[in-house]
Amino acid sequence: MSLEVKLYPSKPEKVYLYGTCLVNSFSPETGLDAIALLEAEGLEVLYPEGQTCCGQPAYNAGYADEALKVAQSQMALFPGDWPIVILSGSCGGMMRKHYRELAPEDDQVAAFARRIFEFSEFLVHCLQVQLVDRGEPESVTLHTSCSGRRELGIHDTGVALLSQLSRVDLVEHAYATECCGFGGTFSVKQADISSAMVADKGQHLNDTGCRRYVSTDWGCMLNINGHLEYAQRDLRGLHLASYLRERTKLEGAE
Amino acid sequence: MHSTPTAFKAQAKAALADPVIRQNFRGAMDFLRGKRQGVFPEQAEFKALQACAETIKQQALDDLPQLLELLEQNCTRNGIQVHWAESAQEANEIIDGLIDQHDGTQVVKGKSMATEEIELNDYLGARGKDCIETDMGEYIVQLAGEHPSHIIMPAIHKNAEEIGQLFHEKVAGVDYTTDVDTLINIGRTQLRERFMAADIGITGVNFAVAETGTLCLVENEGNGRMVSTVPSVHIAVSGIEKVIASLQDTPPLLSLLTRSATGQIITTYFNMISGPRGYGEAERDGPKEVHLVLIDNGRTQAYADEQFRKTLSCIRCGACMNHCPVYTRIGGHAYGTVYPGPIGQIISPHLLGLEQTNDLPTASSLCGACEEVCPVNIPIPNLLQRLRRQSNLGREASTGIRGAGSARSGLEALVWKSWRWACCRPWAYGVVTRVVALARPLLGLVKTPWNKGRATPRPAPKTLNQLLKHRATGSNRTGGAHGNH
Ligand code: SF4
Repeated sequence: MSLEVKLYPSKPEKVYLYGTCLVNSFSPETGLDAIALLEAEGLEVLYPEGQTCCGQPAYNAGYADEALKVAQSQMALFPGDWPIVILSGSCGGMMRKHYRELAPEDDQVAAFARRIFEFSEFLVHCLQVQLVDRGEPESVTLHTSCSGRRELGIHDTGVALLSQLSRVDLVEHAYATECCGFGGTFSVKQADISSAMVADKGQHLNDTGCRRYVSTDWGCMLNINGHLEYAQRDLRGLHLASYLRERTKLEGAE
Repeated sequence: MHSTPTAFKAQAKAALADPVIRQNFRGAMDFLRGKRQGVFPEQAEFKALQACAETIKQQALDDLPQLLELLEQNCTRNGIQVHWAESAQEANEIIDGLIDQHDGTQVVKGKSMATEEIELNDYLGARGKDCIETDMGEYIVQLAGEHPSHIIMPAIHKNAEEIGQLFHEKVAGVDYTTDVDTLINIGRTQLRERFMAADIGITGVNFAVAETGTLCLVENEGNGRMVSTVPSVHIAVSGIEKVIASLQDTPPLLSLLTRSATGQIITTYFNMISGPRGYGEAERDGPKEVHLVLIDNGRTQAYADEQFRKTLSCIRCGACMNHCPVYTRIGGHAYGTVYPGPIGQIISPHLLGLEQTNDLPTASSLCGACEEVCPVNIPIPNLLQRLRRQSNLGREASTGIRGAGSARSGLEALVWKSWRWACCRPWAYGVVTRVVALARPLLGLVKTPWNKGRATPRPAPKTLNQLLKHRATGSNRTGGAHGNH
């Protein structure tokens, strides 16, 4: 991995939103909340039809040809040159980093990859948002996905946003940098190891005493919430977009 | 109890259920992570050193054939006799032959993963030759009849109570104690006698410098120096990838190795071996003969592929396993391979072939913690993905790696093909996601491996695509128009 300086564009008029397959199926409200936040910043949000999946599951499972076909079908949905805001660090890692590995010679793919911004990263670096906290005092903890942290290098943007909320106490949990154990097919192919990892993650999040945790990745959250439900804990996770919208009490987009 | 990579899943499961293993590894890995963190306070400094080391190793690999030739020339000039072994078997035969040649009966060994790799102890044992491990961790492991569970800390899976019990049972006249200093002293006393009586000393090599014909050996206990100087014959065993171009390359590599491995700025000993004792009156100590056995054992297979070649940059610091969330939970033995953890997962398929090691590439969440700390910047997650791809290849596809395609499952391939088909056709994808959403009350009834410790996630009644349908169409047109600017 060569060191690459990420250049951020200034605030655009319009952005594309890439929902991701997990948001699409499991938490559409995350998508609506993200749109509300982006629109509140004065952006027009484009949501192209035909979004399915970024291709990461196949790529990680070792089916690169399948992943490439899907990647091509998704790239075709974003013909304009607006930035593409994506609601997950791991799908962001796929589109920004691995698409280029799938088609290393293709300049268009490289140009596409440069337009990819993870949601919290976009709010902090391109929009420089200033959030007004309108919620009740609360403690919350943040889980950063490994792809967000290590593939995109954005472990600090979630913190930056939550720190703007004057009545939110951001509590760090033990082993915050350690993986939750999801890993796509890993969670099924090596289910014993994966579930031992998520049990630890659940424990560490729970030990903070917070009622809720926040993340920018539904992959991790399906895993962690699934464990928390199984372990009959009250703690639940929600997407940063939903949390920010709730705290700032923004009206809906739809 | 010998573990094997083919039984990985069962071994991992057993380890996960063992609270002592869990605790020993968690504690030790936390300790080692903290130590490393302490000597790399600045990420920027680490990155700079890492880039330097990566270049050195990459360059050395690019020039590998020439450097090996040069190494042989310069070693020979220094009086070091060089032997080449294509396989583990060949390496063992060479070493056994050398011992016979000198009528060796007492063999002492310094810590060396290369000799673990070729299973030298077993080979010599079967021929009636005792080979005593002199590194404290290796000594403990040998006494217990086990194999190392970590490449730097071979006995890290054992706590003081277990070691106290082991010494009490296996060493005559030793009372049970958990005092670490006492335990180390017991070990030392046992070993000192062995050093003095030994006629053959065997060690590994950390860096083999081509330009000068120098073998570098990094260690903390002084046993490496004893093994390489007291007996009259010293046999150094090394993988071919340990060669580096010049002496100048050692400081950055050494600095990264010790800091990454144990969080030390430098180790207590750094041995630079440049030949046997000199002739005549000049030198009265040191071995009379020094041999270097260079092992291939599958490395040229990795070498032949540009991407896999990166595997060979490894300087065996162990940082990847110390930071691996999987290794931290299952420990080293569960892998069933000589090299455990992330480095083991990417090197073992080349040493053993993919048939036997198919489970290893899948045993990673690809979290990237290994790559983040690797001092020579090996893209371990990428290599694991590549290995997954190799194990899934159809029989028609030929590839350079032994056992490629051995994990291919027709069903799995079909699943991904259908997935691709649906993902490339939004209408079909829409149908599938809507059907799944409708079936949500039933999903909890289906049990898959996911449900080990996890409830099944429930899809929302309506997908985002459905909710945004009108917006989507409008927006798409706007987006397209913009593209024409
Ligand atoms: S792969 Fe990297 S981190 Fe792991 S042992 Fe080798 S050099 Fe160290």
